[in-house]
Amino acid sequence: MTSTQSDHTDYALETEAISKHFGAVRAVDELSLSIPRQGTTSIVGPNGSGKSTLVNLLSGVLPLDGGMVIIDGEGLRVVKAYETPDHGLTRTFQEVRLFDQITVWDNIMVVLTERRLFPSLFERTRPSTRQKAQSILEQVGMWEKRDSLAQELSYGQRKLLEIGRALAMNVQTYLLDEPFAGLFPQMLERVKDIMKQMREDGSTIVFVSHNMEIVRELSDRIIVLDSGALLAAGDVEPVLNSEEVIEAYLGA
Amino acid sequence: MPFGTQRIRELTGLVRDPAQLARHARSNIELWASLFIIGWAIAFMFWQGVGFAIIIGTVFAIWAILSVSLNLIVGYTGLLSVGHVGFFGIGAYTMAVLTSNPAYEQLRTEAIPTFGWPFFAVLPICAVLAGLAAVLVGVVFNRFRDDIFVLASFGFAIISFNVFLNLRPVTRGAFGIHEIARPQIGGWLFDGELEFLLLCLVFLALVMLVSWFIVSSSFGRVLTAIREDEQAIEVFGYKATHYKLAVWVISAMMAGIAGGLFASWTTFIDPNSFILLESVLMVSIVILGGLATIWGSLLGAMAFVLLEEGMRFIPYLPAEYIGQARQAALGIMLVLLMLFRPQGLVGRYRL
Repeated sequence: MTSTQSDHTDYALETEAISKHFGAVRAVDELSLSIPRQGTTSIVGPNGSGKSTLVNLLSGVLPLDGGMVIIDGEGLRVVKAYETPDHGLTRTFQEVRLFDQITVWDNIMVVLTERRLFPSLFERTRPSTRQKAQSILEQVGMWEKRDSLAQELSYGQRKLLEIGRALAMNVQTYLLDEPFAGLFPQMLERVKDIMKQMREDGSTIVFVSHNMEIVRELSDRIIVLDSGALLAAGDVEPVLNSEEVIEAYLGA
Repeated sequence: MPFGTQRIRELTGLVRDPAQLARHARSNIELWASLFIIGWAIAFMFWQGVGFAIIIGTVFAIWAILSVSLNLIVGYTGLLSVGHVGFFGIGAYTMAVLTSNPAYEQLRTEAIPTFGWPFFAVLPICAVLAGLAAVLVGVVFNRFRDDIFVLASFGFAIISFNVFLNLRPVTRGAFGIHEIARPQIGGWLFDGELEFLLLCLVFLALVMLVSWFIVSSSFGRVLTAIREDEQAIEVFGYKATHYKLAVWVISAMMAGIAGGLFASWTTFIDPNSFILLESVLMVSIVILGGLATIWGSLLGAMAFVLLEEGMRFIPYLPAEYIGQARQAALGIMLVLLMLFRPQGLVGRYRL
């Protein structure tokens, strides 16, 4: 850590005036925010307020049109998706993106193996990696399903497997895009438990959700977006009870 | 398979219980497809005699090298390439030109440079040149995916054909190059068909071994993830373009070796051996056998060669229709396959 970076280490993630336009639509517009290390931060906002776009920009899935993302104190004008794990960041997707036609087992194994091209050619599965994959699969309750193809799973199982895949990355910061959408209560409890466990382990969790009940239960902090801009941020209850937030959700 | 012992226990359980074994076998299309094609090949050999079987075996070995190598790209990495014939052609022309002997007549009508190098020195060069071409093409192709990639590889097949046709100072254009040397070690010339068949089978085994080594490594698992979702695998720290380029080059080098063997075996090549149709046939074989399975590519190549060579023995079929009948039969087979078994004979995955 250099001295310039140490100013930022309180924050896992910051953005400085980042923008993303789709034609005339300003999905994210000069947005600046900061997400402290550790704890759970939720991102809420009406439909089309730029929540998913923000997650895509932070993880390098979409290129920035302007501004800068600061991950773990390092300022990036271009976020390369394949470098995000080196910055200690991983994510899940809103529309589940598993590797459908490979097994559940391989879906987890693939994020645990060698990243460098040449050594990966000569790497066979190590027992330690195998153990890690097993413990992840057991944690998300998918051990029995390990030999099925990912596409054969139910929606809830796919959602869980995707969270398991993110967990297997074992990084500092997790971006979870709508981890609760469309889940039955039983699965929902399981995802909640996993997220609470992650928080206890000292990870930084950022999640997008529409379910205010869960947001209240899990979040330490909340960020409210509206039309691609920051509407409010801070502790959960004051923000959710503030006039402008209530207006954005109920008014107009 | 991560759980070898469990699989072995399953199999030993099957062997102990004949009823279960029968049930297992009846529902196992892969097993029946394999048995059927192997049986067909053996029957064909007895029917037409060993001499013809040796020739068919050589044709099979060359097609099998091509389809196993193409399966690395199409089946494992999910890049539907119809440009494989270009690398095959580069290998073949490398062999033809570098082994060319000044004693032959061809050099008086349309002169090409003569080298007279021995076969075994040239074969690695075939692979290297095909690999170099693949690097150049691959760097450009890495930008494309899905249908655009198919179109781009189509373009590569057309371009390479036209280079073979028009680069006359090297390829003799439409005249073709004949009297290509057979392999020779010291005084031992591989002029017998059986010796050449064995040589081809050795290289087929090598190609299969390398392919198996790749697909069973961590590298291979990343390839399948790229096939499923290239953007998602990048989020997990893999630079997909590097992986795609690497497997593309490896596969092209294998095709280059197939080309070298092919040129030496037929002793005559011209650009008509390297048209787009050949590439389409290679892709068909890969799909016929099954995506992302080495064994499937072997079966596919075997079925294709038996179909192609077997056609000429159909009674009452006029000789001039045989060529078309082959392609029609292959076409019908592919349509039926897509309708009833889209994952191919022994595959598990769909395009």
